[in-house]
Amino acid sequence: MENLYPPIVDGKSVYDLDSQKYLKMWQGPQHPGVTGNMSLELDISGDQVVKCKAHVGYLHRGFEKLMERRRYINCFPIVCRICVPEPDTNEYLFAAAMEDLLGLDIPERAKWLRTLNLELSRLASFVMWLGGQSGAFGMGTVAQWCLAHRDYVLDLFEEWTGARIYHMYMTPGGVRGGLPEGWDAHAEKVLDGIYKLLDEIRHVMFNNAIFKQRAKGLGVITPDMFDRFGIVGPNVRGSGSTRDIRKDTPYLIYDQLDFEAVTEQGGDVYARAKVRWREVYQSIDLIRQILKNMPRKGPLHITLPNVLHLKVPAGETYVRAESTRGEYGYYMVSDGSEYPRKVTVRGPSYTHAMALLEHLAVGVNTADVAGLMVSLHTYPPEIER
Amino acid sequence: MQELLDNLKELYALNGITLRNPSLAWAEVTPERLVGLLTQLRDAHGFTHLVLMTCVDWLEDGRFQVTYLLHNYTTRQDLGLHVYVGRTASELPSIHTLWEQGRVYQQELHEMFGIYFPGSPGLGEPMILESWDGPPPMRRDFDTRVYSEETYSHRQRTHHEPEQHMKDRLYPED
Repeated sequence: MENLYPPIVDGKSVYDLDSQKYLKMWQGPQHPGVTGNMSLELDISGDQVVKCKAHVGYLHRGFEKLMERRRYINCFPIVCRICVPEPDTNEYLFAAAMEDLLGLDIPERAKWLRTLNLELSRLASFVMWLGGQSGAFGMGTVAQWCLAHRDYVLDLFEEWTGARIYHMYMTPGGVRGGLPEGWDAHAEKVLDGIYKLLDEIRHVMFNNAIFKQRAKGLGVITPDMFDRFGIVGPNVRGSGSTRDIRKDTPYLIYDQLDFEAVTEQGGDVYARAKVRWREVYQSIDLIRQILKNMPRKGPLHITLPNVLHLKVPAGETYVRAESTRGEYGYYMVSDGSEYPRKVTVRGPSYTHAMALLEHLAVGVNTADVAGLMVSLHTYPPEIER
Repeated sequence: MQELLDNLKELYALNGITLRNPSLAWAEVTPERLVGLLTQLRDAHGFTHLVLMTCVDWLEDGRFQVTYLLHNYTTRQDLGLHVYVGRTASELPSIHTLWEQGRVYQQELHEMFGIYFPGSPGLGEPMILESWDGPPPMRRDFDTRVYSEETYSHRQRTHHEPEQHMKDRLYPED
């Protein structure tokens, strides 16, 4: 077979676009095959990608800069907007970082409610992702089922917190309220629906010959790449690793729940899809465990001094949690004033969508780039913050 | 953790060691010894995961604090390294050969703070701020409000008192 790759001169590949052998193609920023507002600059030869460059900056709102000029509690409504499909991880981590610097411990019941909130948002995000992954391979029906069921989860959030997307529920010091009456029954109905949906997805997506053929062997992540690229979450669990922050360094009440990290072998798009599909089962199980065991009485919030004039002791900390995409972290520096000196958000997409995607996309058929990108589960706002 | 830091303290002239909790510590190292220390931590002590790289601008001290946070998957410990550089003509050694994502972090720090990392691929290319010609915007002395007031003109707007305005429009004779 003819060598498609361009010649390398001085360590850089050289293209002659006039030779008509290579074509520059932009995928994004407005493209159904790109997750969120970012774009991929693809150099292709025939149908094969020979070089990929990820471009971000279409969604830069300067969250970290905004936070430097706001009091801690004023930052709180900003942080959830860093990730639309799964905002609760941001809320939890911002609150947790603040509580760590202040040396606060929140009530037991608030910990259970926070875990329930996080697990429910993981469920919603995973269900939406399953739709995205199937849609990227041309199975639009599954995408519509998934979006409908995600909306049922959003209904639960609305009933519980009053908001569908940005809940602003886990305020520093605890949570805003308990579960409304009858919520458990509604939740059980939604979980039951998703449970049935997962079986349908197994038939339509995972047993689909076309999906299998396209997803198997695509975008393989090998164990030696884990630390070289900083890969985390389901992307490493699809390659046989058991790294899961909920299990390894438990936070909130995850140590009181019974679960095992989900792993698959193979490291390709199919294995990663299988991991996330199985994690939906796990999330459903965890939500049922939490609802069964959580305390129904007790304080929800500790008493804080006037939060508008709250001075956080000087120091710095880093807290992390397992989001649907892997390690999510907040690095917070305080200089002892009422304003945070620096808040850095460590989103898993930062490494997945930039260095890793640029590496994995080389040699892939252009039609599979969308499926590959979705399989890494990336959200651009985490990159540009 | 304390033992590891004690061992490395002499060799790499570590300063300001703070143990925040049993699994999280901060230490300060000089730019010259940074890459050596990072390599040793990665290859000999199991700190294989570069969690993040970021910069804190201490404007009043006239210096940047660049933080490298490493994680050890075996012992579940985090070690944050601080490197201080001056705010003018700041330059740090590049770590793109140790971790692939180091290149992206360095590109961002170059764009947002103006720190130079010699040898880092694609450093001069814009990452987020395409066609930006202002100063590095994440520096603390960059005031977003002042910049927008100087750069963009105010939209010409006229304000009407609703009651009077509707009266004038509907019943001009009255």
